[in-house]
Amino acid sequence: MDILSALFLLFAAVALGAAVMVLVARNPVHSVLFMLLTFVNVAAMFVLLGAEFLAVIQVLVYSGAILVLFLFVVMLLQRSERPLPTVAQPLQLPVALFVGAALAVEITLVVLLAAVDQGRKGRDTVQAIQQAGGNVEALGQQLYTTWLLPFEIASVLLLVATVGALFLAKEEL
Amino acid sequence: MLVDLLIILGTILLVFIAVLTGMAYLTYFERKVLARMQSRIGPNRTGPLGLLQPVADGVKLLTKEGSLPAKADKAVFLIAPVMVFVPALLAWAAIPFGPGFTAFGRQIGMRIADLNVGLIYILAMGSIGVYGIVMAGWASNNKYALLGGLRSSAQVISYEATLGLSLIGVLLMAGSLNLSEIVAAQQGTYFGLIPRWFVLPQILGFAVFLVSAIAETNRPPFDLPEAESELVAGFHVEYGGFGFAMFFLAEYISMLAISALASTVFLGGWLGPSIPLLPDALEGIFWFSAKMAIFIFFYFWLRATLPRFRYDQLMSLCWKIMLPVALLNIVLTGIIKLAL
Repeated sequence: MDILSALFLLFAAVALGAAVMVLVARNPVHSVLFMLLTFVNVAAMFVLLGAEFLAVIQVLVYSGAILVLFLFVVMLLQRSERPLPTVAQPLQLPVALFVGAALAVEITLVVLLAAVDQGRKGRDTVQAIQQAGGNVEALGQQLYTTWLLPFEIASVLLLVATVGALFLAKEEL
Repeated sequence: MLVDLLIILGTILLVFIAVLTGMAYLTYFERKVLARMQSRIGPNRTGPLGLLQPVADGVKLLTKEGSLPAKADKAVFLIAPVMVFVPALLAWAAIPFGPGFTAFGRQIGMRIADLNVGLIYILAMGSIGVYGIVMAGWASNNKYALLGGLRSSAQVISYEATLGLSLIGVLLMAGSLNLSEIVAAQQGTYFGLIPRWFVLPQILGFAVFLVSAIAETNRPPFDLPEAESELVAGFHVEYGGFGFAMFFLAEYISMLAISALASTVFLGGWLGPSIPLLPDALEGIFWFSAKMAIFIFFYFWLRATLPRFRYDQLMSLCWKIMLPVALLNIVLTGIIKLAL
């Protein structure tokens, strides 16, 4: 096994373990901190894939900004331990199991059937990205040419969300 | 292969030693500068001119007993100082110290990693550092510490936005996120006299960067997370001994790192007039350190001059003044870039 695969296994294992701990941890603050561990390990996997830009953005935006806000809210909300989960609806368990299993099958199918081949044979190979002058340039080219409309729509959506949040917070404005 | 590995390890070790020594003497420099500004003498007892003071401080902090509050969240309490210290050091991985040189037929770059996303990498490490402060504030189970932690998270997130936006003008001008290339883009002079450093065309961005950097590193007059007069030292009130030392050191390391970033991005990094008899590599380090020293002195100068801001003043300064100015700077830079 080469060193990259070994590193991938390490990061993947820590990310998955931390993701499980997000659900299992009794203290919500610990959940957020385990989520941070997951995010940072996912960023490390992006680096292994040669996507440094995505990795740094993952750390900067998700770990550095969004998760800090989570932590902020969770710290303020309550300081007592979460009670043991109880199943309120008799239907909840079977439905959750079914949906979870369906999602797992879907993800497995997508990964096995399409994504692996697309990644290797599609247009955005490692060589193509090198030729475009690194992955910052390659990503910029794609965002501002092929995917311009979705990109702009996403930015307008964020603007609407900002204005909405402002309106909710400051009603007298 | 092995030689390459050794060179990388050697560079890391050198940067590590340089940063830790620099940080230690930063505390000495700060005390001396503050003392002069307040008509005092400053540390002068330990060694000649008090030069051994940082060593004495280090020994004192290392040998003090650390304490763990009874109701603290033990694991988080112990991890928190590490979470501040490590990202502060990691930021140094992307900073170029000089143009690089050739030795024994091998090109040696004067930096740890030539990241093509160096600029945002440093910002990302800065944004991770806030976790340690928030974790320390929460885990101490102390209301002052919690308030300090909350203030810190709000402050750092707000000023991170303006810090990032203030650098976009530089990105537009340099056309790269790679710090070495940003320095290279500042080569040459205007009218054969004024250096083409980004500080002149990006004066608005530079002003916003300077203010945001001070808030981002929790230094006076924006040191609200540890305001001693109202929060009795805020987030690190429960820490003593080595835990406290790590918060203290991390603050100075991030101060150095942000000064290094400012010199690289706005003052042309290692560029400067050539000095006779000095090899290129050392010359680069000299100019780089000299520019960093300016920013460091500015930090101390502010600390000695300005009283601490109130929390609402800090926030409205960020969102009502800094953010619009940073956005204006981006628009202006874009227009000028298009016109030229």
